[in-house]
Formats: sequence, structure tokens, C-alpha cells
Amino acid sequence: MADITFKIDNVDIKGKPGQTIMEAADAAGIYIPRLCTYEGLQPHGSCRVCTVFVNGRAQAACTQPIAEGITVDNSSEEVQQIRKDIIEMLFVEGNHYCMFCEKSGNCELQALAYRLGVLAPKYPYLFPKRDIDASHKDIFIDRNRCVLCGRCVRASQDIDGKNVFEFVDRGPDKRVAVNSEAKLSDTEIDVTDKAVEVCPVGALLKKRVGYAVPIGERLYDNKPIGSEIENKNQSS
Amino acid sequence: MTTTPKDLKKEIADICKACGNDRSRLMDIVRDVQEKFGCVSDEAINLIASEVSVHRVEVESVVSFYAFLSKDQKGNFVIRVCDDIIDRQAGSDSIISAFEKELGINCGETTADGKFTLEKTPCIGMCDQAPAIMINDEIVTNLTADKAGQIISTLKESGDPKKLVAEPGDGNNGNPLVNSMVMNNIHQKGEIVFSEYVSGAALKEALSSSPKEVIRNVKAASLRGRGGAGFPTGMKWDFTRAAEGDKKAIICNADEGEPGTFKDRAILTECPDMVFEGMTIAGYAIGADTGILYLRGEYAYLRKFLEEKLAKRRENGLLGKNISPKKRLGGLLKSKSAFDFDIRIQMGAGAYVCGEETALISSCEGSRGDPKTRPPFPAQKGYLGLPTCVNNVETLACVVKIIEKGAAWFAARGSAGSKGTKVLSISGDCEKPGVYELPFGTTVSEVLEKTGAKDTAAVQMGGPSGTLVAANDFGRKICYDDLATGGSIMVFSRDRNLLEVVDYFMEFFIEESCGYCTPCRVGNVLLKDTLEKIINGKGLTTDISNLESLGKTVKLASRCGLGQTSANPILTSLQNFRTLYENLVKTDETGMNPSFDISKALKDSEKIAERKSVVYTTE
Repeated sequence: MADITFKIDNVDIKGKPGQTIMEAADAAGIYIPRLCTYEGLQPHGSCRVCTVFVNGRAQAACTQPIAEGITVDNSSEEVQQIRKDIIEMLFVEGNHYCMFCEKSGNCELQALAYRLGVLAPKYPYLFPKRDIDASHKDIFIDRNRCVLCGRCVRASQDIDGKNVFEFVDRGPDKRVAVNSEAKLSDTEIDVTDKAVEVCPVGALLKKRVGYAVPIGERLYDNKPIGSEIENKNQSS
Repeated sequence: MTTTPKDLKKEIADICKACGNDRSRLMDIVRDVQEKFGCVSDEAINLIASEVSVHRVEVESVVSFYAFLSKDQKGNFVIRVCDDIIDRQAGSDSIISAFEKELGINCGETTADGKFTLEKTPCIGMCDQAPAIMINDEIVTNLTADKAGQIISTLKESGDPKKLVAEPGDGNNGNPLVNSMVMNNIHQKGEIVFSEYVSGAALKEALSSSPKEVIRNVKAASLRGRGGAGFPTGMKWDFTRAAEGDKKAIICNADEGEPGTFKDRAILTECPDMVFEGMTIAGYAIGADTGILYLRGEYAYLRKFLEEKLAKRRENGLLGKNISPKKRLGGLLKSKSAFDFDIRIQMGAGAYVCGEETALISSCEGSRGDPKTRPPFPAQKGYLGLPTCVNNVETLACVVKIIEKGAAWFAARGSAGSKGTKVLSISGDCEKPGVYELPFGTTVSEVLEKTGAKDTAAVQMGGPSGTLVAANDFGRKICYDDLATGGSIMVFSRDRNLLEVVDYFMEFFIEESCGYCTPCRVGNVLLKDTLEKIINGKGLTTDISNLESLGKTVKLASRCGLGQTSANPILTSLQNFRTLYENLVKTDETGMNPSFDISKALKDSEKIAERKSVVYTTE
């Protein structure tokens, strides 16, 4: 089928039929910030960090298909404000203590905050009471840091074929539950599962491997999140 | 309600079997288990999971989503006090206190003998007869605090909530299968919905033309969705008809949960046959053989009555295989193709978000009521992957009249961009709250006059997700191009505290958000906190601008209609009643943010330390 041409911030983009805006942008070396999306997993459209304006209308780039002649706004102040607000919301919704989180430097939420210029949230912290689950011998869950992106849910279902995780409750009480009456150790999860690897924050961590890479040498310590996509463009 | 594990295993196996051990019927399964055992316990969840061959966490996910389902054991009688703003203003707080006193428990608890549970619940669709409560599936209306004692003793003596119905309500509320004290309160009938209707006549007419002609007719009548969004019905049908697939589905959305909406209650009570006929015509037009009426859990008291209506239609050849109304009506049927179509009722279980069409489809499929990602749209891929059309109760009733009287007749009623009539449910500070079928284009003041509203300060048009209208806008018209409404109109007099109303609406949306997307799940909480900071006199002028910018983000970035409208109470009241906010906030001169309340923050620490702070005094 013929290519689909459209514009992101006045740059002409060619995409393939069936691609989402995010997929086409990635291929063209244009970074659209995202959190719940993960390569190889079905797009979820839940975090809304990838909100763009398509012909003036707000859409999630990870789920919205490309169409001939659309114009996508990925950089206006309005779009950036929405993304900053969402990152702030995620920070105040949970209990995120970057200074002593093992994920610091590899954390996508933290990296997005730096990239988008969110230094301190303007809304008060909600300080929720959330539980941790350290029952499993190799993995622990700290729900204080969970951003409900659903990556572990999808990876466990679609890649590991285990359905270890699922969302329960609703609204502000929504949380990730495990496929047992209480504990992670009663599930089929294994430390080598994809579900353990995909967490963007420090909510699902492997035990006994903390600080293997020192702070300062981590993924986002020296280059902003998204640069891997943008660099692809320069090198091609 | 003591069940041995063996019984539980057998009973759950039976319930699952009755639903064909079908995962997509999980809603019916967990509802039945809840009804039978008063909870869906961890043990029950395990048993259901193994019977239906799903992971237990999937069952837990569904159970935890719906307000009427619970893992914790509920009492034999679950008393749910309607907690919408109209009921609150009518004294629901005093009703709760009276029951608390009578039962010796706090709201949210169950009595030690396991007999009674007392809860609050959002709008149950009885604002015209508030305060109202549900006791299991039974509705008790026009309550006063002094009746609590009598209600409890009747329940204790008889064990049957039906015994509370001293005198049934008007119309079909008196039908033995309903036998409810609910009143219709239809104060004005119109030419379309509450009009004379002969069962089967419109279907016969429709079957004598081609499906495409039926759609053309609905388009020519300019019928638009009555649920609030106003999407052209004919176009929706066209999309579904055009979608690939041998099997298709039509779903009637009877999940009216927008606070202040109860018009579908009256339509389902008085014109159920007309709604089912509209569904059948829609089925014929789009080529569907599956019909589902999604009935909100709060209207369970109508279920048997509606089931009987469906059974009658099957008997009369108006539903089922080879539908041909001629059997009964005789005469000149020129049906080009008899078709198969049947309707089942899917009960909801207390979730406002299921009124959103993709969430409603998720719920019909036996899942959490999470809205789905679009595209694909329901017309392409909806219920169990079938091309699906979701229409409102009233929309489907209108279809019958369009077929019967013709598109031109229908389009001659109403206003320029909004043809026909609108059934409105009006409640709050007026003499005659109830249901009114009025032509589109009626002004707000005309409505206020009809209902006998005096000293009106504001009208909430379209429920919390709509617009708070100020007096200088009462000349505006009710129609899709001006003030759109799915039916809810709440009237507030000058005595009411409007910011309290706004605060309640935000509480409602937080409670009812599915929590899938960030802006709706978190943004609404932050909006409410900021609003309450202002109400409590701690707000700054910057808080007003924070409300505006945050409200805009929630509106734009949310994934479904719930989040896209949940900031409306704040945004429209800021637009139309800005001085209410401005009178409460201080100018930010010091750069200090007074949101932190040290004495409140100290309370927890003092509790842990088991002593008072020596520096700050807490009250």
C-alpha cells in the first residue's frame, strides 16, 4: 500500500498504513514523550503523556492511527503543559522518593520530569497509603512507586502467558493485584519474566541486584530520555 | 447465610453452568453469587475462576470494579441511601443518621448479626421523589428520618423488602411484576415518546421496506442520540451496517447514571414495548441478530417486568427466529426478508462509567467497565468483536414513531438543528419535579415556569457533566446547538450554596472514575482538593488559575467522555459564577502557600507519639 504523508510540527512524515502516530514518529526520529507504551506490548493509552493535537484535537499518539494529510502538534506550549501536568499528577499521586530509589537514573518517570522541566510539583502530595509485597524470593513490589501504566499486566498476559498481574478496584483506589489471594510468592512469576523487566519506575524490582550500575552512569544520567529515538534520525 | 464449603462449590458450579461457564457472562455470574451469598469471597472467586477457566485475578478485577459487588460479607438487607446532591438537599444525611441510630452501626458497616448493611450510593434515579433509598433491589421513596424505625422492624419481622410497599406507584409501577412505590411523575406527555402506540405496527412497516430504506428514513428525520452526545442515529446505523461481519449487535443503553437523570426509568416503565420494538427495527436495519438491553443495577426492580414484555414479544412473533408480525396482526405484510433477532437483559452493578458506550460493551462482555481504545469504534468492532451499535432508550423509542408517522412528520417537530421532542427529568427546587416531554427549543425559563420553580439561582443542565447555567442565561434553548442535555435538569434556588454543589459533583466523578487514565484518575482529585482549599478560605488567586489550567488538561487529555466532562462543574461555574470564587480567595502577596495546615498535619504524629505537640496546638 502507498505511504501516508502527514505533518508533525510542520515536518513532512511518511508512514505506513496501520501505523500509529507514535510508530511513524519513532521511525522518523521524532520523539513523542510516553510512559505506558513499551515496544512489543499492545499500546495502552492510559498515561496520556503522549498527548498530541491532531488537527487541533487532543489524542494519544500511541493509539491514534496516522491518516493522510493530518497535522500533528507535538511541541506547542499547550501540548507541553498537558504533559507536565500529567507528570506532576503521577508524582503527587504516589510516594516517589527519587533520592533513595534504586531505579533513580533508570526511571522513566524521573527522566520525563527532567526532560519536560518539572522540577517540583505545584500540587500538594496526596501521600497515599500503599502496600509493598516482598514475599517472593527474587522480586518485590513497591506500590508506592506504581504509576498504573499496566506494562507488567500486559507483558505477563501477552508475552509470559501467565496473567500474574491485573488491575483491581477503580478510580483513585485502582491498583495492580497479583493472581493469588494475597502474595506474589504464590503466583507463577519468575525473575526472568518479561513482566519484571518492563516496569518504568521502581515498583517492580529484582532483589539482590541493586546499584549494580552506580548512580551517574545510568541510562538517563547523561542523556535525556528520548534521545535514543532522536539520535536515530541524525545517524541515518 | 451459613454455607459449608461443599455447598458453596456446588452452588457456584450451578450458577456458572447456568451461564454456560462462559467467561463473557462473568457479570451475571458474579451478580448471582453476590445475591446468593451476600459477597463474592476469595473462596468464591477461586471457584468461579476454575469453573469458567480464567485466572482468579480476572474475576477479582471485575468484582472490585462494581459498587454492588463486594468481597466482604454484606448483610441480608443492604440499605443504600441515595447520596446525590438533590437527595442531600432533601435531607439524606438525616436519613443516614436515623438508620445509623436504629441499627447501631456507622454508614459503611454491617450489623453484628449479619442482617443489615448501611451504605451510601450515587444517584439511583429517584431525584423527583427524594430522599430515596434502595433495600436490596427494592426502592423506597419520599423518605423521612422518622420512618427508619418502622422500615427496620418491618424488615426484621417479614424478611421481605416488598412488604414496605404500602401503596404501589402509578401506571405500571402497580404491575404485579413491578409492585413498587416509585411514581412515574410524568407531568407532560409529548407526541413522540409518551404517545399512543400499537405494538408491532412500526416493525411491520419497517419489515415491508429494505434495511437501507429504514436507515434513510431515520436519517431524513434527523434523529440524534438522546443520551446527551447527540450523534446522528442514522449515521451510526449506517456505519454498523457497512462494517464487515455476518453477525452484529445492537445494545440499548439503559444505564442512565448521570445524577438527576430518571427519564429512562419512566420510559422503561411505561413504554418498554416501544423501546424493544425500536431495538428490533434497529437490528433489522443494521443486520444484527443480537440485542442487549443494558439495565443499570439500580433499576433491577424493573427486570422481571421487562423480561415478561420480552417473553410476550417472543410469543407474538416480534422477537426470535423468523420475525414476522403478521402472525398476530394479520393482513398485508410484505416482508422482503424475515429475520432472526432476540434481546437479552444485561444487568449492571453500580458503575456510572458504564454509560459510556465502550465501557458498557466491556461490561456486557463480563469485564471491568473500562472504556476501550478507539479506534476501532464499536461500529467496526464492539461487543465480542462484532460490529455494534449502542443507542439510548429514548432514541430507540423515537425510531418507532419515525417509522410509524414518517420522517417528515418527525422532522417538523423541535427546532432547527434538533428535531423532535426531548424527555427531561427535572428535580431540585421546584414544585413539580418529574418527567416532561417537551419539544426541542424550549427555553430554560419555560421549563422553570412549567415546574413551578421560584427564586432560581442556577440550573444544572445535563447533570454534573453539563453546564451550570446562571439566571441571565435562562433565555437559552434546550437543544443540541445551545444547551444540550441527556435529560437531567437540576434546579437550585437562591438558598443553595453553589460551591457545595460543585464540590459534590467533583466527589461524584472521583468516585465513578474507572481510574484507567491519569488525568481523570488524579486530576479530579487535585481539582477537588484545590476547590476545597478555596471553600475553606485558604485559597489564593493563583488557585483559581490553577483550577482553570488543570481543568483544561483533564478535559483535553482524558481518554473517555467521563474525564472529558468531569471538570465541567468547575469550569462552567468559574465561567458563570466567578464571583463566588473570587469572594473567597486572597491575593498572593507573600509568596506563601497556605495549603499546608500544620495543626491538621500534626494530628497523625501526635497520635503515634501519644502526646500533644508542645509547639503547636491542635484542636
